[in-house]
Parts: sequence; structure tokens; C-alpha cells
Amino acid sequence: MASTDTTPAKDGADLAGLEAGLDALETVQQGRKPFRQTFVEKILPPITAILLVLVVWQGLVSFKIVDDPSKLPAPSDVWQVVRDAWLQGELLGYIWTSVSRGLLGFCFALLIGTPLGLLVARVKFVRAAIGPILSGLQSLPSVAWVPPAVIWLGLNNSMMYAVILLGAVPSIANGLVSGVDQVPPLFLRAGRTLGATGLKGTWHIVLPAALPGYVAGLKQGWAFSWRSLMAAEIIASFPDLGVGLGQLLENGRNASDMAMVFEAILLILIVGIAIDLLIFSPLERWVLRSRGLLVRN
Amino acid sequence: MATTLAKAADGTEAATHAARIEHVSKSFAGPAGQQLVLDDITLDVAPGEFVTLLGASGCGKSTLLNLVAGLDRPSAGTITTDGRPALMFQEHALFPWLTAGKNIELALKLRGVPKSERRDKADELLELVRLKGAYGKRVHELSGGMRQRVAMARALAQESRLLLMDEPFAALDAITRDVLHDELTRIWRETRLSVLFVTHNVREAVRLAQRVVLLSSRPGRVARQWTVGIPHPRRIEDTAVAELSVEITEELRGEIRRHGQH
Repeated sequence: MASTDTTPAKDGADLAGLEAGLDALETVQQGRKPFRQTFVEKILPPITAILLVLVVWQGLVSFKIVDDPSKLPAPSDVWQVVRDAWLQGELLGYIWTSVSRGLLGFCFALLIGTPLGLLVARVKFVRAAIGPILSGLQSLPSVAWVPPAVIWLGLNNSMMYAVILLGAVPSIANGLVSGVDQVPPLFLRAGRTLGATGLKGTWHIVLPAALPGYVAGLKQGWAFSWRSLMAAEIIASFPDLGVGLGQLLENGRNASDMAMVFEAILLILIVGIAIDLLIFSPLERWVLRSRGLLVRN
Repeated sequence: MATTLAKAADGTEAATHAARIEHVSKSFAGPAGQQLVLDDITLDVAPGEFVTLLGASGCGKSTLLNLVAGLDRPSAGTITTDGRPALMFQEHALFPWLTAGKNIELALKLRGVPKSERRDKADELLELVRLKGAYGKRVHELSGGMRQRVAMARALAQESRLLLMDEPFAALDAITRDVLHDELTRIWRETRLSVLFVTHNVREAVRLAQRVVLLSSRPGRVARQWTVGIPHPRRIEDTAVAELSVEITEELRGEIRRHGQH
């Protein structure tokens, strides 16, 4: 090197100082929002909406606009039914029967959908062969699988799981496929120069890069699992299977007990939302936030 | 594969060249048949040498870099490198699912560095690029300049003797770029790496390099070379840098003008 440093130490210190200044200027400080603001922005609006629905509902009944309890029970009647089920210790039983089926079925779907998705995403022949069918299956209502599943497997839990699988596997597999498709080519090139090729590349680069798409697929997969399960429970209600939320709904219909029907519908809705809010949404937010893909507003 | 890896990275056998590019041509299938992008390029990079490849768009400088990196194969000719080269892109190409430190550790892991040593090595490399406290930072929490420095640390983690840089500072603002020029010069002199640096910025080329190689466009050929004897530390506003830049710019303009004439 044809160089003669006159004052290398001073020059270095100058550079370090300049760099530290630039770093400080360009780094954005992010703080946590105070709870009050979160409450006003995120929690208050849905509570208001729910209260409004309840007020309108109660109004319809109280002012006798719909004056027929067999068509529209009062919110208080539905509440009474839910309370009784709770006090008799049945409520958690209904919920647990369905939730345990749903989550177990979902786990099976995960075990099948993930390797399947990876195969479709990475192997050209497999993609050409079953890719279109897999995305087409997503638009097939899973309730259509109930009759064949009953004929093949009979009225038992296996049939429920089969219906869940057929509903959720395509979503999970497709989520992974689109996740892999959206991996920026730059990451693959960067990975290759670092020596991540073949299986190492899949493990260290492709899978983590595809995670946001995969998680979106999981989220949708859960929604499909839950829906499929409810369809199966309603159509194939059989006392020996234990009473889940779908059977509860069907029982309410058979007894012409509108309060019970409402109870079942509300519970199905609440459980579906709760699982999403407790498991899948936090998972998705964590994945997106850790990559800077979620803007805090 | 035309790329052969000379085994000198471990120091058992001193290589005479960090990269040796011999009669390399590359053509791609285009809409008008085979399109020649690089035509008979011969270029050596000596161990510890800093060479910039300069050219207008369409001169195939990035293509050449990809060939040297082994990401693509030449249509003709051979490329020999001293071990697998490290490559830095215009975009930082850091993995957003990993922290800055873990990005560096991944490079170490893929190179076979044992787990117990990775953390210390990563800290060392971060200190080298003056980002000591950035180990746990996510990529999106870093500024553009900091990202490129982490990317540099990750490239250095490969411990290859040759660092390829594909316009790594082109997307940065002028002040940050100038600081990173100083950083790169300092690191190059500390590590005695060979650098092959692609740019279309004449001043950048002159400020950094020991040798500037001008490529002509469509197809890319070595048009002319300059040895830069200006002593370090250089500044972008140095008169010597400016004077040589003027000369090279004239030549570059001449190359570009040729394309408008027919």
C-alpha cells in the first residue's frame, strides 16, 4: 500500500465520532404505547359495538318489535341458558369436547400440511401435479366432505378428524407454498454465497423467510378446522360422541329451543375468536413485528 | 464448472492471485437470440489488492461479479479464486428474522465455526465495523449505513481472502456513503483482504481503489485501466481524486457516446 498516515489515531477517532453521530441520528426510537391509549384505540371500539348490538337486540324484544320468543329470545334468556349450563357444569364440557377435537385435528393437519406444502413448493413435478388441486380444494366447502366421511368412517371421532383435515390441510399447505414463493431471490443468493445450499438452504433461509406466509396459512387453517368441525358436529350428531358445540346447536334445533340455539351460536363464535386471539394473532404479530413488517400506528 | 477453488485460504500455500479471470465471456438468451454481455475479459486481482470495476449500465459488471462469486457460470473462459469469495450486495441482504449478531453467527455456522466460538467472533466482527452494541438489534431497527456495516461484518465472517462488492453503498445518502468509504478503507488495510468493487460512481472508484478498471458496454470489455497512486487517507474532495476522476469520466463518457452513434 502506497500510503503514509500522518495521524491515523486522530483520523480514526474522527471517523468513529462521525459514525456514532450518524447512527444516533438515523435510529428511530420506539417506545411502548401507554395502556390508556391502547384501551381507547383497540379495546373500547369492539366493546362499544358489542354493547350496541345487545341494546338493539334487547330493544327488539322489549318493545315487542319481534314478539315471538321462539324466533328471537331476549338476551337475558340466552344469558340464563348459558348460566344454567355453567352452573350445571356442562358448559365447559361442551366447549372442551369441541375445542379438543378442533385443536387435535388442527395438529394433525399441521403435521400433514407442512411437509406437503414444502413438497409442492420445492418440487416442480409435485407442484404441477397437485398444486392447482390443492388451491382448488380451498374453495370447496368442507361440509361437502361430511357425507363421504360418514360413509367411509362411520359416526365416530375419526370422521370428525377426517373432515377437519380435509378442510385445514390445503390452507396450511397453500400458506407455506405462497410463503416460499414470496421469499426474495436476494435472500437465496445471499444464502448461497454464505454456503447455505440444498437442505441447509431450505432450513436456514427458505423456511424462516417463508414464515409470515406460513403463519397466515396456519391462521386460515384454524378457521377452516373450526368451521369443518362445526359442520361435522351438526350433521353427524350422535349421543355417544359426546356433546360438542355443534351438537348443542343441533339439539337446540330439535327441541325448538331458540335460546339454546343462540347459546350454541354465540359459543361457537366466541371460541373461534378466542383461539384466534389467544394463539394465532399473537403468533402472527410476533413474526411480523420481529421483522419490522408491522408498523405501529 | 469452470470455477476452480485454489486451496490457499488456510495459508499453507500462498496464492499468487486472489482472483484470476481468464478470457471470460458470458452470453444470455435474449429476445434477439444470444446476447453477448461479457466479451473476453482477462483480469487479475492480486492478494491484498483493491480493484474497482467501473462502467455504465449494460457493461455487465454485476454479471462479472456474479461469475466470480460462483453464482453463475461463464459461457467461456475460466475463473480461479482463492477460496470461496464473500459477496456484498447493493441491498444489505441481511435476514430480517435474525438479529444483527445472529446474521453474522449464521455465516460463521455455515463455515463450520463451532458454537462455542461464534458469539465471541460475532462480537469481534461487530466491533470491527464499530457496531459493538448492535448484537441484539433487529435489522429494521438499524439505519441504512448500520445495515451495510453489519452486512460487511457478515461478509468478513466468511474469512475468505476475496471480498466482492456489488455497488454496496449506492443506496445510501452522500454523508453516510463517505463515512463508509473511510470504514471500508480502514477495514481493508487492517484485514489485508483483496477487494473487487463494482460501481458506476467514478469518484467512489478513485477514492477507494489501487486500480480502476473501466469496462465498455454491450458487450463488456476491459477498455482501460488506471493505477491509483494517491496515498491514504483519501478524501472524496481531494484534488488528486478529482483530477483522476475527471480523466476517467472523460473516458467513460467517450465509451457511452459510442453507443449513440450507431
